[in-house]
Amino acid sequence: MAIKLPIYLDNHATTPVDPRVLDAMLPYFTEKFGNAASRNHEFGWKAEEAVENARAQVARLINASPKEIVFTSGATESTNLAIKGAAEMYREKGKHIITQVTEHKATLDTCKRLEKYGYEVTYLPVEKDGRVNLDELRAAIKPGTILISIMYANNEIGVVQPIAEIGKIAKEKGIFFHVDAVQAVGKIPVDVQKDGIDLMSISAHKIYGPKGVGALYVRRKNPRVQLSAIIDGGGHERGMRSGTLNVTGIIGLGKACELCQQEMAEESVKLSKLRDRLKESIMSRLDETYINGSLEHRLPHNINISFAYVEGESLLMGINDVAVSSGSACTSATLEPSYVLKALGVGEDLAHTSIRFGIGRFNTQEEVDYVADRVVETVTRLRELSPLYEMAKEGVDISKMKWVAASDSH
Amino acid sequence: MAYSDKVVDHYKNPRNVGSLDKNDPTVGTGMVGAPECGDVMKLQMKVNPDTRVIEEAKFKTFGCGSAIASSSLATEWVKGKTVEEALAIKNTDIVRELSLPPVKIHCSVLAEDAIKAALTDWKKKQGETEAAPAETTAAHN
Repeated sequence: MAIKLPIYLDNHATTPVDPRVLDAMLPYFTEKFGNAASRNHEFGWKAEEAVENARAQVARLINASPKEIVFTSGATESTNLAIKGAAEMYREKGKHIITQVTEHKATLDTCKRLEKYGYEVTYLPVEKDGRVNLDELRAAIKPGTILISIMYANNEIGVVQPIAEIGKIAKEKGIFFHVDAVQAVGKIPVDVQKDGIDLMSISAHKIYGPKGVGALYVRRKNPRVQLSAIIDGGGHERGMRSGTLNVTGIIGLGKACELCQQEMAEESVKLSKLRDRLKESIMSRLDETYINGSLEHRLPHNINISFAYVEGESLLMGINDVAVSSGSACTSATLEPSYVLKALGVGEDLAHTSIRFGIGRFNTQEEVDYVADRVVETVTRLRELSPLYEMAKEGVDISKMKWVAASDSH
Repeated sequence: MAYSDKVVDHYKNPRNVGSLDKNDPTVGTGMVGAPECGDVMKLQMKVNPDTRVIEEAKFKTFGCGSAIASSSLATEWVKGKTVEEALAIKNTDIVRELSLPPVKIHCSVLAEDAIKAALTDWKKKQGETEAAPAETTAAHN
């Protein structure tokens, strides 16, 4: 079978819309274009019916009730609403929030803003494998703690956190628990009851739905969670998120959730097989490659590898018909290497050499084999160019060298 | 980000990759950058002590495509030049030749530093004392 280039292996960044999702959405752009809030005619009823159907589809995937689903513009908004909304609603109860250093920026920057408004935030470190230490979490809890926010699975290294255990701790202490589940929902079983989750952010475009739509799960009982809205207006979504509903997007999210529910068990087996094949094919042919983060507690479709002595951006340039991302500073807007890898204790030298592979629903074995060959070929070529590889082969301990950096390089 | 055709060309077909004998008294070696910054350049030049002409130049670079291109270009440029002519190469010349964007200017600075470091090493080996060190570098760690 011929391979179509370029190959997309960056499914943590976004995913293509599944054609079945698109089919479900299309009629609602043109024929059934009504406003779901129009209560007095057929157009509005049709739209509302479709939205409620989608709400049920989302709820089913995570074992929630449809009334607990609030539609948003995406997971960044969901996370903002969860954290800021809870912080404002429960500020009389306390002003302390616990999160961890490897969270997505949507969580970290929201917490930073709350710090400016007088809240206190504890940023827990993570272990070498990328998981939070439960004893440290327990120790961080104090009388004024109102919220714990820990992601289900990390977007760079795919490491899955002990969510059910954290949920139990939060419940014991009467603290609300928000989970950024963007990378986990639809990929591994997520159950808000079993996991003890009170608030949970979901995105459509990571699960083969459209961009610009997401949801926030808000628990209604045991305990009931109330949120202060951050967007005011017509009182949509039970007052928690005003603004005319993105009917087509919501239908897409719903359909995407339904497909995940039907196919996840089978799909995750297929993806983890492809992932393992990629990993084996690369790592058996190259020395000094390192997996970043726990392999045991990991999303089935993720692998993040550091290729010592080869800078990430130059590696991406060599495999330019393959779409992946790198933890290299040169590929980030801030010119800093990945803060996630840094938090794991990965040295900056190795962080610069990391590549994230995210396998998706539409990838094939042929594609994975092609990517592995290209990576091996390019790393081998770049190592021939690398003074660090040459020194390592000569037995020089690079970590003990005294390096002289260009005066204005950083 | 898009790379200029010249950067891509040097990246795909790097000139003068390799190493010279660093113990040879006519070979100057310059190693600049730091692994934790994501860039390390090693530049070596074999210089005729009588004519002061650079007869051979080799490089190895750990870094992004622009860093590889900058050092590859540097080896091309210094070959056949005298020590003094090579020392006159400015990072801005490299920026212009490779059309480097602002975020990649440090790659050209590193290449200029590497040329200077290699020639300083050569001069030291030749017993020439420097009034002032050619590099303006600081220990990174």
